[in-house]
Amino acid sequence: MSLLEIDNVTLRFGGVVAVDKVSFNVEEGEVFALVGPNGAGKSTLFNLISRFYDPAEGDIRIDGKSILNREPHDIATLGIARTFQNIELFDQATVLQNLLVGRHRHRSGNLITNLLFTPFVRSEEHLHREAVEKVIDFLDLQPYREKYIAGLPYGVRKVVEMGRALALEPRLLLLDEPASGLSVEETQDVAFWIEDIKKQMGITVLMVEHDMHLVSSVSDRVLALADGKTLALGTPAEVQNHPAVVEAYIGAPLENEKADA
Amino acid sequence: MRIVFKTSYDRDIDLFKHGPQAFWYGLLVVIMVALPWLLSEFFLGEIINVLIWALAGMGLMILVGHTGQASLGHAAFLAVGCYANVLLQERLGLPFILSFPLAGLISGVVGALIAIPMTRLHGIYLAIGTLAIAILTEDLIVIAEPLTGGISGMFSPNITLFGFEIERYSTPEAFYWLTLAIVIGVLLLYRNLLRSPLGRAFAAVRDSEVSAQAMGINIALTKATAFGMSTAVTGLAGAMMGHFAGFFNNETFNIIISIQLLLMIVVGGLGTIHGAFFGAIVVALLPQAIALSRDFLGSTLGLGSIAIPGLESALFGLILIGFILFEPMGIYGRWLKIRTYFELFPFYRRDMFRRQKSYLKTERMR
Repeated sequence: MSLLEIDNVTLRFGGVVAVDKVSFNVEEGEVFALVGPNGAGKSTLFNLISRFYDPAEGDIRIDGKSILNREPHDIATLGIARTFQNIELFDQATVLQNLLVGRHRHRSGNLITNLLFTPFVRSEEHLHREAVEKVIDFLDLQPYREKYIAGLPYGVRKVVEMGRALALEPRLLLLDEPASGLSVEETQDVAFWIEDIKKQMGITVLMVEHDMHLVSSVSDRVLALADGKTLALGTPAEVQNHPAVVEAYIGAPLENEKADA
Repeated sequence: MRIVFKTSYDRDIDLFKHGPQAFWYGLLVVIMVALPWLLSEFFLGEIINVLIWALAGMGLMILVGHTGQASLGHAAFLAVGCYANVLLQERLGLPFILSFPLAGLISGVVGALIAIPMTRLHGIYLAIGTLAIAILTEDLIVIAEPLTGGISGMFSPNITLFGFEIERYSTPEAFYWLTLAIVIGVLLLYRNLLRSPLGRAFAAVRDSEVSAQAMGINIALTKATAFGMSTAVTGLAGAMMGHFAGFFNNETFNIIISIQLLLMIVVGGLGTIHGAFFGAIVVALLPQAIALSRDFLGSTLGLGSIAIPGLESALFGLILIGFILFEPMGIYGRWLKIRTYFELFPFYRRDMFRRQKSYLKTERMR
């Protein structure tokens, strides 16, 4: 049984078919990448998994159980964390507070214990803080711990968002363009982190990414999409050389060029 | 510049960041407790008024400053708290010690129930929706005349607490200490809220609803909780307002009060507890300051008594516009800047607080 099963999912916005009968499975412990031109439906698939949209057809299953009857805030409790393409951090809070929000699903206090700040809440805060400090060490965020997000540079925000998702201690991590807007060195860091997330933490990664270099260096399998349809599924090398993928990215060769070849 | 050396996670959790901070707040509490011996009865009354407004301000601050939900209807919950408190005492014969917290509870439950449909709205629509609640409440008070006395209003009974009669004019010190104790109690709960997971969930809902949802925060429940807590505190303030004013009717809690409340926390500084207090000082003392300066000007310049109708509202408006234009962080933001200037002297830079933006940002991703 796969960790995540996307089964024949279709989503329409009016007449536009954003996702058209897409099916794939993500296995436990792999790094799975979604690639494709803009508007291919990659982020829409993420939003479907996050339950921000309801699919018109098909089913999405975690551990074989459908999540279509779940509320959006239930998805985190299933152990699925995500980042956003256009960073969605809590701007008027510090990095530390942002990461602590990631611990939300692990809290067990209620309104009364929170308001009285009982010793139990305090000891739980210590545990959350310890977990968050591990993430801070992993992503080298120590210099920014007390800084407000609103004053941080783009590259750091990107990392903080990944940290917030990791603080949730997910089983499945959805990364929406983790390297967009980053420099070559920063992208290299992201590649190392994804390797470690998979190997050391044992977290399954599903990511959307345009940087083919990053995709081919970290992912086990790649799914190429265009106009909401599946083009190819396989190893990074297979997908990159697939004629349909080449056509979607570069365009179809002209008839006479075909004859020449 | 003070550098706090942290050796345990508790340093980030504790109420005070460092010893001197605890000392200054301790000193403030001591001075506040000693005020009845330092001030005349008139000024003590004004301080009570400030404290009650600050209580109401804290209530609204939870909602607007920390959860990012605008409300123009909080006068309604002042009214709910005020009428509930007095009715529980007069109709059911409950003592103040029971009727007061129950009034807060009733106001909170009403607020949370209203929040369930209301918080589906965002930004300006939410403001209009809550405005409607305030107007409805004013009319409901008139309609429910057998209970509320309608336009002819009600008189609040004297507070009886542990056998002591507490009344504003005969025992102003006791009334003051009671108000102070309530304000400090609510303040402590508020501080606890801000350092707990629930407070972080509020801030998450304020800053980005989508990612709050993705982190497992139930948006509707969190907003209803914020509304409930906010209106509960506002209800407590309303109950104290009733006892302080002695008499109230449908017009005591009119729409202007709602607007003044919102103005108060914006002028004080959105998103900070300090802001509620600074704002309360402005809103509660400004009418008196105007009256005093008018008398002073009139007698020194020999103009007699000058009365300019609408001067108070005009000044409030001017102050609000001035703050939105020049100091969106409010009085507390200005205080932070002045403090930082002296702490870092001579290294303060003008742009140090540039990035800080307003909190009223409820329409993102919608």
